[in-house]
Amino acid sequence: MQKLTVNGRTFEVDADPEMPLLWAIRDHLNLTGTKYGCGIAQCGACTIHLDGQPTRACQTRLGDVGAARITTIEGLQGPVAEAVRTAWRSLDVVQCGYCQSGQIMSAVGLLTENRKPTDADIDGAMDGNVCRCGTYQRIRAAIHDAARTLA
Amino acid sequence: MLNALATRRPAPSASRRAFLRGSAAAGGALVIGVRLELSGSPARAAGAPDFSKVPAQPNAFVRVAADDSVTVVIKHLDMGQGNTTGLATIVAEELDADWGQMRTAFAPADAALYNNLAFGPIQGTGGSTAVANSWIQLRKAGAAARAMLVAAAAAEWRVPAGEITVEKGVLRHARTGKEGRFGAFAAAAATQAVPENPTLKQPADFRLIGTRLPRLDSGIKTDGSAVYALDVRRPNQLTAVVARAPRFGARLASVDDKAARALPGVVDVVTIGSGVAVVAKDTWSAMKGREALRLTWDDAGAERQSSDQQVAAYKAMADRPGLVAAKRGDAAGAIKGAAKVLEAEFAFPYLAHAPMEPLNATIERAADGGYDIYAGSQFQTIEQAVAAGILGTTTDKVRITTLWAGGSFGRRATASADYIAEAAAILRATGGTRPIHLVWTREDDITGGYYRPAAYHRIRAGLDAKGAITGWEHTIVGKSIIIGTPLEAMIVKDGVDATTVEGAADTPYALPAYRFEVHNAREGVPVLWWRSVGHSHTAQAMEVFVDELAHAAGQDPVAYRLGLLQQAPRLSAALALAAEKAGWRGRAAAPGRGLGVAAHESFGSYVAMVADVSAEAGKVKVNRIVAAVDVGVAVNPDVIRAQVEGAVGFALSAVLRNRITFKDGEVQEKNFDAYEPTRMSEMPKVEVHIVPSTAAPTGIGEPGVPVLAPAIANAIFAATGQRLRSLPLDLGALRGV
Repeated sequence: MQKLTVNGRTFEVDADPEMPLLWAIRDHLNLTGTKYGCGIAQCGACTIHLDGQPTRACQTRLGDVGAARITTIEGLQGPVAEAVRTAWRSLDVVQCGYCQSGQIMSAVGLLTENRKPTDADIDGAMDGNVCRCGTYQRIRAAIHDAARTLA
Repeated sequence: MLNALATRRPAPSASRRAFLRGSAAAGGALVIGVRLELSGSPARAAGAPDFSKVPAQPNAFVRVAADDSVTVVIKHLDMGQGNTTGLATIVAEELDADWGQMRTAFAPADAALYNNLAFGPIQGTGGSTAVANSWIQLRKAGAAARAMLVAAAAAEWRVPAGEITVEKGVLRHARTGKEGRFGAFAAAAATQAVPENPTLKQPADFRLIGTRLPRLDSGIKTDGSAVYALDVRRPNQLTAVVARAPRFGARLASVDDKAARALPGVVDVVTIGSGVAVVAKDTWSAMKGREALRLTWDDAGAERQSSDQQVAAYKAMADRPGLVAAKRGDAAGAIKGAAKVLEAEFAFPYLAHAPMEPLNATIERAADGGYDIYAGSQFQTIEQAVAAGILGTTTDKVRITTLWAGGSFGRRATASADYIAEAAAILRATGGTRPIHLVWTREDDITGGYYRPAAYHRIRAGLDAKGAITGWEHTIVGKSIIIGTPLEAMIVKDGVDATTVEGAADTPYALPAYRFEVHNAREGVPVLWWRSVGHSHTAQAMEVFVDELAHAAGQDPVAYRLGLLQQAPRLSAALALAAEKAGWRGRAAAPGRGLGVAAHESFGSYVAMVADVSAEAGKVKVNRIVAAVDVGVAVNPDVIRAQVEGAVGFALSAVLRNRITFKDGEVQEKNFDAYEPTRMSEMPKVEVHIVPSTAAPTGIGEPGVPVLAPAIANAIFAATGQRLRSLPLDLGALRGV
């Protein structure tokens, strides 16, 4: 039995410690906002925050999480998250929307560390998040938009 | 130990028979974004199909609730293209609703009410038809609902209906000062007679259409609450993954599932038509169980070709006479007598769709003896028929809950309902006692076939002394998407599949003599429509070659095209607009930097793009794309812009690097590391301009895709003088300036 702290709540998961955290979150906690895209850390759809740091849940073993605080899209809160969500909505970034949980988790991570990211900073922080619908132009604009809100 | 023999493909015969029954019973033509009438003339009859002969069906499409919400029933799959917002806009417009009260709900599978008018009797999504086929249908539904609300208010207020006005969801009677919101009259309106021919607005009176309205799905897609099929969690459900043959056409020879069954979490292992399914209590356990299977495959009937052999075979086919798709005059003679003759060849690889949400579906037996399917369902009617055939029931007993789809690009729409068939087969094989949640991994997706067909084009054209085209000969080799499927009899004419030649054999360019020929390749690789279908390769061949002709003629590529498009005013106007907005100039802006142009019609929409590209040895950077589109009435201009921006992001990786390659019949690319989508740092600035129009709306899900590759290839030529024709672009051959 593995203890997990997710979005401020404690859960117990009865699963193989080798199981990627992604599947524990999705299949055992039924928090399905975190998405499966590739399973090999190439697309970022599974991005969560581990103690505030954007992390690929598909490459994090359940047994390695320990007492780290896990935040998923469902529990993402605070001024940066609000600014990002508001920008995403006002620019209508989403298309299919499937990758956007991961995009938002990465964007919030970026803006938490760097309140005024340049285009190059955005490339660096977001290049690991694939959007097959190609919404990158609006993601970039929304991150700049959120940065202005937070300034 | 299981020993059953199973064919990986084609689809189980039961499902094919079921589909044939379903479609024969329905008895109409199925047209999936395919222009059926290849008239043999590029100057084909103009005009979109007529979708106006539909009754007003407010009860099927519009639900006004007492809480004042208006829910539009969406008969299409929204895989990101924004049709839920678009279709709701059409209803809200005629209803004079307030945008804030609009909601959407996906329709149940019910072809009698929710067929795609472009597909005949079939409910389904594709061919960029959602808005186009629904335009009059939903306007009538909205206008009828409005008339019923007005009638209810008139009855209650005891005033003439003609004196009631409606604005932003409020009914008013000026003389008596009475007013009320829709919700207050919802119940009474439902008892009113449905007007047969409600009056529709004049375009000048549109208040919502043509304006920027927030997407209705932005909220749920930014907080994790949108439910995709992969998020379905039915009580007691089991998750299944399927081990499929490494080569298409291989048969399962033996199964040793002892180790898999011994793993914790694995509940069952069953053999189905497409392979061996491991059924487990969660996804990870199912994946681990699959790894533990020991399977052998009989490759006697398997496809063993490698990609270099396939390309060589296509070239050899092109040397021989093919089936004639379109012809006019004596093209060969016209080229023989020309002052100048140009020739070019273009090769295109197989491409995977790779939607972000891999294929998946959940299916369960319901207490009433029917079945429920939860999926990002793109061909509901076909899926119902296929599942019913496998489960031994009738189509009406198969219900489908359509959910948001995490992309598709065509992949969720197959004539065999492939992944739905798998889910149904697993449910049957496991006894049907627990819901089955079938998951394809990314590796399953990339290696699983149903690819955009590989293609090869060879073109010859002659120019006279003034640079005018005298004749055009064009051979296309590719595997037909339609031949060999139940759709063949309905769509293929004289051996020519329109989806192989669309965008070429029906070119709007004025060609005095031409001959388009086709060779149908037959290798055992399943193929499918991939966002923009045949246009995904024909536009590259046509638009790069026309560019070459312009240069050979010593003329500006935009002016040269406009000269050939005098009978194609809408495409000309889009081209002129894109050129103007891009600050078009035919020459390189600086060494290694150039502009390239392309213009193409697909799915009744007209798109032109100008690409601004920097090129150096072995490397290309796309700086900016300026697009102009004519889609008729622009229902949601911002959604249209988003689709074109997204088309650039989607198609760019196919231009730069994506290909599915085979070695001894095995797909070499397994995941996003080897089949890498476009990333943020590669995304150019995209600017989209919409040509104002009052013509009936057409689609925009696909038409942004075809023009990107040729615009980039032509820009590389402008920047470097080098022609890169095949896709993905052979950047290794790029020498730089």
